Amino acid sequence: MKILVPLKRVADPDNANKIKIPAGGATIDTTGLEWKPNPFDEYALEAALRLTENGATPKARGGEVIVVTFGPKETETTLRAALATGADRAIRVDAKDEELDGSIVAKALRAIVDKEKPDAVVMGKQAVDGDSNQIGQMLAQHLGWPQATFAATIEEEDGALLVGREVDGGVITLRVKLPALVTVDLRIVAPSSVYSKQTKRDFKYNDGVRFAALPAIMAAKKKPLAELKLSELVSDTSLKVQYSRFEAPPARKAGIKVKDVAELVTRLKNEAKVL
Amino acid sequence: MSDTLIVAELADGKIKKTTHSAITFARQAGQPFSILVIGAGAKAAAAELTGFGAKAVLVADDASLASYVAERFAPTVVEVARSGGFGVVVATASSFGKDLMPRVAAALDAGYAGDISAVSADGGKLSYKRPMFAGNAYGHCTISTATQIVSVRQSEFTAAEPSGGASDVKDVAVAPAGPGADRVEFVKFDQVKSARPALGEAKVIVAGGRALKERFNEVLEPLADALGAGVGASRAACDAGYAPSDYQVGQTGKIVAPALYFAIGISGAIQHLAGMKGSKVIVAVNKDGDAPIFQVADYGLVADLFGVVPELTSAVIAAKG
Repeated sequence: MKILVPLKRVADPDNANKIKIPAGGATIDTTGLEWKPNPFDEYALEAALRLTENGATPKARGGEVIVVTFGPKETETTLRAALATGADRAIRVDAKDEELDGSIVAKALRAIVDKEKPDAVVMGKQAVDGDSNQIGQMLAQHLGWPQATFAATIEEEDGALLVGREVDGGVITLRVKLPALVTVDLRIVAPSSVYSKQTKRDFKYNDGVRFAALPAIMAAKKKPLAELKLSELVSDTSLKVQYSRFEAPPARKAGIKVKDVAELVTRLKNEAKVL
Repeated sequence: MSDTLIVAELADGKIKKTTHSAITFARQAGQPFSILVIGAGAKAAAAELTGFGAKAVLVADDASLASYVAERFAPTVVEVARSGGFGVVVATASSFGKDLMPRVAAALDAGYAGDISAVSADGGKLSYKRPMFAGNAYGHCTISTATQIVSVRQSEFTAAEPSGGASDVKDVAVAPAGPGADRVEFVKFDQVKSARPALGEAKVIVAGGRALKERFNEVLEPLADALGAGVGASRAACDAGYAPSDYQVGQTGKIVAPALYFAIGISGAIQHLAGMKGSKVIVAVNKDGDAPIFQVADYGLVADLFGVVPELTSAVIAAKG
């Protein structure tokens, strides 16, 4: 199977409370925060790798995994890390953040899919900076492909994927015929979440994403990395959504520590009046 | 400005409560609005929405829409939006709205503002406020396309109450299935049955973390029963299998804002705080007095939860008399 995995780098999500919004609110300042791969995209890459191998012999790769990102030259770090983890080749679409919105990225990805003709696009359900949760659904519509969003499980069948989607109130199972688009949720990297046709159904993966070994990091430097221009992929580059300003959320007042259950219940009843 | 179109959400032949948050959005946006009820059984359910002041309740009812898949629902939403000349199309950002609305936006080549927390009309133009970076920033944005696609955060738009009147109910044509529909098969919906209030609607939520281990239900359920509460969980508790994934509260799980939120054995990772810090009163119980959850809790109790939660349960029962 040939799989395209879009990746985005984000300001360290575990320190998102350290972002700064300068007076006037013109921008969000992430200076001082490390760039990290968007967690959901890392999970999508792990899912794609699982779909292109026999879990018991992961070094023998099957199929092809192509990673793509949008951004300046520095974002190649994100792509090289993905190549070290097991992706076969990479594409960087040269662009600045302020040139992009969900609609433009979805259209540019469509152009890449038209050229690469993968069997599937597997991507994170949302980037944890913009928190929009939109590009997969948009891309599926542009391609005329079925979509299976918020996937917690994927099982490869002949020419199809059986996908368990985490939704409000339970799990919906969809069967999507290839080519298809899947966006992944957190639990896609659990030990029994993803099975290629080759992987035995009683095989259990290690929990979480795999890490690159040092030789793989060296070898990744030689893997192909192509550069494309945004203007080669989309003709209309006007933004549909314009941000005028940003603001910090109101700070929550620090509360008090109570000494025991009796004090807690008294305060909830008499002070907060919620019991 | 043009009218607003609300996409209602159906479940088991009834209107889901999520729909009422989208109605609140439409009232705040200030334009006349219509409501589209789409799905098998929509016709019978439409009567539930005729008392909210909509110009019309539009019904797209067809056996082919028995189970929701975006590829079958989106074309009708697109067609109704286009032929009716609607300026804004809105749904609540439930898993239904989040799956459907970006696909609708792409089909209309329209801008999309997802999971917004507020709307305001500035000089005749709608401005949307969106939580970003796990709720650590809000962005204010506008959409420049003729049709604007929006999804709203249920916890930030209080469910609308009926306003009286009787909107006309009109049938609309079900559009042919969209591209990709012939390649998707709805296999099943494994529903988590619960007598408890849904997290999005609960006035009180009792949420637990990984520290509860296999005793998650045993410890939390009696407290939730005593409070009539919904039950939530941290990601760690869901990942470890102590709680169903549907319980997860956080940036990418359920976003909740109840009157009272109990965080039991939850340390308070940024991603969890993003899902619950809009709660009016937060109570944290944790063995670790330095846990970040105490920075947002109104009342913190540093204690071993296995000892304290049963005691708390009895005290709540006594206090409620």
